[in-house]
Amino acid sequence: MKLRGRAWKFGPDIDTDRIIPARYLNTSDPKELAKHCMEDADPEFAKKVQPGDIIVAGKNFGCGSSREHAPIAIKAAGVSCVIAKSFARIFFRNAFNTGLPILECEEAVEGIDQGDEVEVDLGKGEIRNITKGLTFKARPIPPFMESLLKAGGLMEWVKQRLEVGGR
Amino acid sequence: MGMTITEKILADHAGRKEVFPGDLIQARVDIALGNDITAPIAIGQFRRIGAREVFDRERVVLVPDHFTPNKDIKSAEQCKVLRDFAREQGIIHYFEGGEIGIEHALLPEQGIVVPGDLVIGADSHTCTYGALGAFATGVGSTDLAAAMVTGEAWFKVPESMKFVYYGKLGEWVSGKDLILYTIGDIGVDGALYRAMEFTGETIRDLSMDSRFALCNMAIEAGAKNGIIAPDEVTEGYVRGRAKRPYRLYRSDEDASYVDVREYDVSRIEPQVAFPHLPENTRGISEVGRIEIDQVVIGSCTNGRIEDLRIAARVLKGNRVAPYVRLIIIPATPLIYHQAMEEGLFEIFLEAKAVISPPTCGPCLGGHMGILAKGERAVATTNRNFVGRMGHPDSEVYLANPAVAAASAVKGYIAHPEEVVKEV
Repeated sequence: MKLRGRAWKFGPDIDTDRIIPARYLNTSDPKELAKHCMEDADPEFAKKVQPGDIIVAGKNFGCGSSREHAPIAIKAAGVSCVIAKSFARIFFRNAFNTGLPILECEEAVEGIDQGDEVEVDLGKGEIRNITKGLTFKARPIPPFMESLLKAGGLMEWVKQRLEVGGR
Repeated sequence: MGMTITEKILADHAGRKEVFPGDLIQARVDIALGNDITAPIAIGQFRRIGAREVFDRERVVLVPDHFTPNKDIKSAEQCKVLRDFAREQGIIHYFEGGEIGIEHALLPEQGIVVPGDLVIGADSHTCTYGALGAFATGVGSTDLAAAMVTGEAWFKVPESMKFVYYGKLGEWVSGKDLILYTIGDIGVDGALYRAMEFTGETIRDLSMDSRFALCNMAIEAGAKNGIIAPDEVTEGYVRGRAKRPYRLYRSDEDASYVDVREYDVSRIEPQVAFPHLPENTRGISEVGRIEIDQVVIGSCTNGRIEDLRIAARVLKGNRVAPYVRLIIIPATPLIYHQAMEEGLFEIFLEAKAVISPPTCGPCLGGHMGILAKGERAVATTNRNFVGRMGHPDSEVYLANPAVAAASAVKGYIAHPEEVVKEV
């Protein structure tokens, strides 16, 4: 699957409070959450983000709380993929569980600037900076995570297992 | 080769003799926890795949503690989702009204989590239970939903880091300061994906309340879990509370660690973490004069009875500085009751503090003490991210309860010795 959009660049340690502040967690409606996505990191983001756009961030993206509202908000805002130097572990799980593609690649983060046109080939783990004519290879997705993705997410995987087990 | 306590607990729950860091395992969970923010999504997922029953109604725990007492209509609706589900499923450990406490103080206190458990919670501070010698880690709502159905969860076995603390703690130094100091040393991703094992003579002498505070903030270093091997202090706490039989694990002598760090705690003074990351720590002597508007003493980190006692010791006979608000939040109804009986409330009220019902409330900028633009707070909570306690242009400084109480009295970040006149 290929994804394409403009890059939105963020720094290191973007916490889940900045991705979706707790003051908006009195709902889990994706559309409502999307309106406030990244609000405390860039108040203009939710207004200006276009479908397909890509978040590019430094290390430890999604640190802090376990709120699944964070990947839900990013996905509902139209973001097609997050590329970061590294991800906090709960966010990493949550992204897979909610179907938000994420890729780890230090070189890509260094080689992409705000507004660059970026294309991602998820199957190959390839990131292309079209504006600058650069190509990067992301860290491969762990095989187990890939099997979850293939099943259509964790709950579908659970459902399939339950059906097999007759429970 | 030997195993760490984390590896042993994971191996036993996966039905294996041994596991190694990097192994992917499917493990049985003893407790699966959700709150009023995370459980509604989990319940939605549970229903979406057509699940009918939770795997065990004694092991799925629901605590509506974040936006309770319901702060607005939407929060009330979220709590209702939990209530309806708890009623339908006959959830044993569902808490309502005056039973509600902050989940990570409540579950150990009520003996719902016991040593040797494997616990997942849709709340990042689930790692608190490591203080009991349990493997406990935060997950998202979908992971919780899967566990509610199957009673299992998948894990990558983490590498372990060992933290050895030795020496005698200074008078106003607690578990909170040890973890702030440690995070200051290794950074907010210094233990990313790893287990933090806290050991050493200082830990053996540490009270349970201090141990909970220590393990509570392992997530603030990016860790999967924080853990302390159970000893007689743990057993003393668990005895009479445990709702289930428990098992005491400890690391083998020849267990392997990716990193071992040693700290002489006699050199650690009370710590303050500056905005906007918990790693921005300084010793109190290096803080300088920072005027404040609000102080919060509470949360799953420092809302326990020992914390309130220390705060009372500092506040006794003193009064909160003009134009400063002090909000004290006992973490559970039992702690609330205990603080009242011990006369702590009288001290708090005379100092002109607000005593809040148990709630996560202001810690995450929910309610019960939100900051305006440009305001500064000292809090005994666990996070000082941008906008964490309110306006994106407000600031949170993390500290222990003694420093927080002293700061409330002085109106600026203060050492407890500035306030308490020793007899």
